[in-house]
Amino acid sequence: MTDERPIGEDDLQAYLDGRLAPGRLRSVEAYLADSPAAASRVAVEAEQRQALRDRLAFKAAEPIPARLRVAHLVEAGRRPARFRPAAAAAAAIWLSIGLAVGAAGGAFLAKDGLPLRQAAADTAARDAITAYRTYVGERLHPVEVAADQEAHLVQWLSRRVGHPLVAPNLTAQGYRLIGGRLLPAGAEPAALFMYQNDGGQRLTLYARSSAAEKETAFRFESQNGVSAFSWIDEGCSYVVTGSLGRDELLTVAQAVYRQYEDKAKPPERGTL
Amino acid sequence: MRQPDDGGGASPLDEIASLLEPQIPGLRRYAWALLRDDETADDLVQDTLERAISRWHQRRQDGDLRAWLFAIQRNLFLNSLRQRRQRGQQVGVETLDQVAAPDGHADGSAGLKDILTGLDALPEEQRSVLLLVGVEDLSYEQAARVLDVPIGTVMSRLSRARERMRRFMEGGRSAVLRRIK
Repeated sequence: MTDERPIGEDDLQAYLDGRLAPGRLRSVEAYLADSPAAASRVAVEAEQRQALRDRLAFKAAEPIPARLRVAHLVEAGRRPARFRPAAAAAAAIWLSIGLAVGAAGGAFLAKDGLPLRQAAADTAARDAITAYRTYVGERLHPVEVAADQEAHLVQWLSRRVGHPLVAPNLTAQGYRLIGGRLLPAGAEPAALFMYQNDGGQRLTLYARSSAAEKETAFRFESQNGVSAFSWIDEGCSYVVTGSLGRDELLTVAQAVYRQYEDKAKPPERGTL
Repeated sequence: MRQPDDGGGASPLDEIASLLEPQIPGLRRYAWALLRDDETADDLVQDTLERAISRWHQRRQDGDLRAWLFAIQRNLFLNSLRQRRQRGQQVGVETLDQVAAPDGHADGSAGLKDILTGLDALPEEQRSVLLLVGVEDLSYEQAARVLDVPIGTVMSRLSRARERMRRFMEGGRSAVLRRIK
């Protein structure tokens, strides 16, 4: 028995996808046998469907990167990228995971609070990326205070952020300071220094006080072509952000880190 | 396959992993097809998995894990597109729209490369339906859930997507652009 309803576009799609019921399949085959033009269109589309599958097959066949393992994701304590940048929100999310996965979840939340600390570093990185995206493309007013007032800029931002900042010299990396601005970061302020090279490429150094953690290792993060290296040192979060490759950005981040190290403040100047 | 509440046997983490990880190859393929950049695509998958883990307890009423995951991923992708548009001024993150020929995986075959060019000629909703149904083998019901439209809309989008792809491959880019207007 064949199904006698007229053949529709949806039947042809389901034919291509192999999703027709047997009765309907016979009807469609009969239709195509009588309609050479439709049959040749369907044949081409079937071929293209297969070509697309073949073309993309390699990706599904790749071994999955370790960073996508569930155990890794949970242990690294990263919070979802689009959540509000507040350590409290991050904590709540990871706590909810702990609840969701039950008692055994405590095991991976309990490691010295590691997820929460890393979440704090991640939050700074993501805020920095947001600031980068907001201001780096800005033509008219990329900065609030231009580099010709560097001393004032650094002093002002240091006072507001509550940490002795420097505007690192990145000429060795091809970048010069164009200025900076003050940004809101949750309940507190953050500082943004912007640099530019001769090609017009810009990058930023973001800094703010870190209540959650005093020191972390370098972390790398990349979102849609914007990359960031972040670290926390002496209670201050630093994030170097740019539309650069990982290695190039790392060179800059290391230069910034070293200059802050060299500037290592005697203890009595540690707070302003 | 439900989350165990007794804490015995496999840990909840293992349970989540055993359900999520089999979906990762497909999520990576879909992400890569949308973004055409290895690193960015895996960032999207990572965001998707993190979100799924953090909302794991909301999963049960959804029932269909695969559709749920692809829906999360597509929504994150669309959000990132939207954010980019809002930013307006270009800041060197054009990866999403302007997709270069993926020379890293070109396989040396012009024919195979062309099919991705054809894919790029489609608007996102047609690209997604083609990928979800034609490549990821989602059922029409699942695709409807991912795209958040009725099944009838899935069918007509699929039909338009395949037609546009076919015309593009036959007539080249200009013909398709004229059709789009």
